[in-house]
Amino acid sequence: MTHAPGWNDAHHTYFSGHVFRTQTGTIFRGFLIDMKIFLIAEPCVLAIGLLIAVLRTSLSPVLAPVRIGCALYVDIFRGCPTLILLYLIGLGVPALHLHHVTKSVEFWGTVAIVISYSAYVTEVVRSGIQSVHPSQRAAARSLGLSSQQTLRLVVLPQGVRSVVPALLNDLVALTKDVGLISIVGAVAESIERATAYEDYFFNFTPYVIAAILFILVAAPLGRLSDWYTLRTMRRQGWAALA
Amino acid sequence: MGGARVTPVLELRGLHKHFGRYRVLNGIDLTVDEGKTVALIGGSGSGKSTLLKCANLLEQVTDGEIYFDGEEITDPRVDTDAVRRKFGVVFQSYNLFPHMTALRNVALAPRVVGKRSRAEAEQRARELLARVGLADKADSYPDRMSGGQQQRTAIARALANEPRLLLLDEVTSALDPELVGEVLDLIGELKAQGMTILMATHEMDFCRRAADTVCFLDGGVVAESGPPEQVLGSPSSPRLRQFLSRVTHH
Ligand SMILES: Nc1ncnc2c1ncn2[C@@H]1O[C@H](COP(=O)(O)OP(=O)(O)O)[C@@H](O)[C@H]1O
Ligand SMILES: [Mg+2]
Repeated sequence: MTHAPGWNDAHHTYFSGHVFRTQTGTIFRGFLIDMKIFLIAEPCVLAIGLLIAVLRTSLSPVLAPVRIGCALYVDIFRGCPTLILLYLIGLGVPALHLHHVTKSVEFWGTVAIVISYSAYVTEVVRSGIQSVHPSQRAAARSLGLSSQQTLRLVVLPQGVRSVVPALLNDLVALTKDVGLISIVGAVAESIERATAYEDYFFNFTPYVIAAILFILVAAPLGRLSDWYTLRTMRRQGWAALA
Repeated sequence: MGGARVTPVLELRGLHKHFGRYRVLNGIDLTVDEGKTVALIGGSGSGKSTLLKCANLLEQVTDGEIYFDGEEITDPRVDTDAVRRKFGVVFQSYNLFPHMTALRNVALAPRVVGKRSRAEAEQRARELLARVGLADKADSYPDRMSGGQQQRTAIARALANEPRLLLLDEVTSALDPELVGEVLDLIGELKAQGMTILMATHEMDFCRRAADTVCFLDGGVVAESGPPEQVLGSPSSPRLRQFLSRVTHH
């Protein structure tokens, strides 16, 4: 392979000693920023994911509207590709020039990532909660535990444990996707430069259209999986402990 | 005879339970007096488990009333969590919490429901485990115990709230034959100590020995009831005779 005609060019392009010496420091600083964002985003993702999963699996009739809201959250933000969400929120919110609201792309990019990932994590945690057999709830309620105590002490510890591998998988994906924020940052800079020289107007409409198309595909799939889960739960006799 | 009528621990009056159009219980009348053991027998699907779940309000009844120590617990204003604390329930499939040791399974209710300190709750749990002969299994997880040990732990857990009434749902059905004895012996001891028990069972020999009253569930009602020698010895309906000949064959 080292005799291939393009080898020298390729070797220089991918493994340049000069670039390696001069750029490693800069890249490492960027990497540290990514890790900082990751460390902030991850607890937020887990907390929001857990909260929405708990609300979505609640059996109380009073919480029905909340359940619908949570289902919409998941459908919209899980259906929308992370990069499009990053453009829409990471570039879109600063472009609104709101008073007293930060224009930091890093900040809004992190918000976008958290929203996107918490929608995935919600579904992972939810599947964990639903994997706990209803007889476990029956046993806990029979001891006189309230529904919240049952959730906290019996259902969640088992449910979360069963999805730890899946959560770790999402965590690894998150470490990589925080890097997308720097791409959005670069896009933001070039837009700024362009608008400084001419009457350049950055338009979000294409991203909105793309987002809607993606969500339209994902939403029915979400409904299908909801229907399937509900059917399984009915067969196991879940409804009894509302 | 002729003494003042003592309030029963549990009384079901005209209890109905329907699942959609499917009518499982169709007017159950049943009384459990203090210190007595009442056995529910009946074919698979006759509604024994459903009746027990209705009794401690795990299932919402469709119609009828349930009285516990004279108080109507089917009243919608009743605090159902508080009512359930007065029952101890043991299930066919044990339903121990797999993420807790035997000790924590038993100590959970005293801690969370009884609001006792951790030390107190664990002390009580150790006593209960000793009472069911499992003092040495306190730190074992359920999946490291035999079926008989798991079921005895489940009984200790059910006793943790000092229940007025024990509900036992075919507690030996999932056990290997050689482990059935240890669990039945334990239930016999509890009865001898004065515990009030309502149990669904397929163990006819145990029924004969331990039950004060046997109720045959058929068609959603208590089709026949009375002392075991009468119900099991000289059944009056062909349905019961048929049922008894089936269960005594194995
Ligand atoms: N949650 C439920 N939804 C619908 N049908 C049920 C439910 N629970 C029990 N049943 C039905 O009620 C009948 C009685 O069941 P069960 O009380 O478990 O009987 P047993 O304990 O005597 O075997 C069965 O036919 C069962 O299928
Ligand atoms: Mg049953």
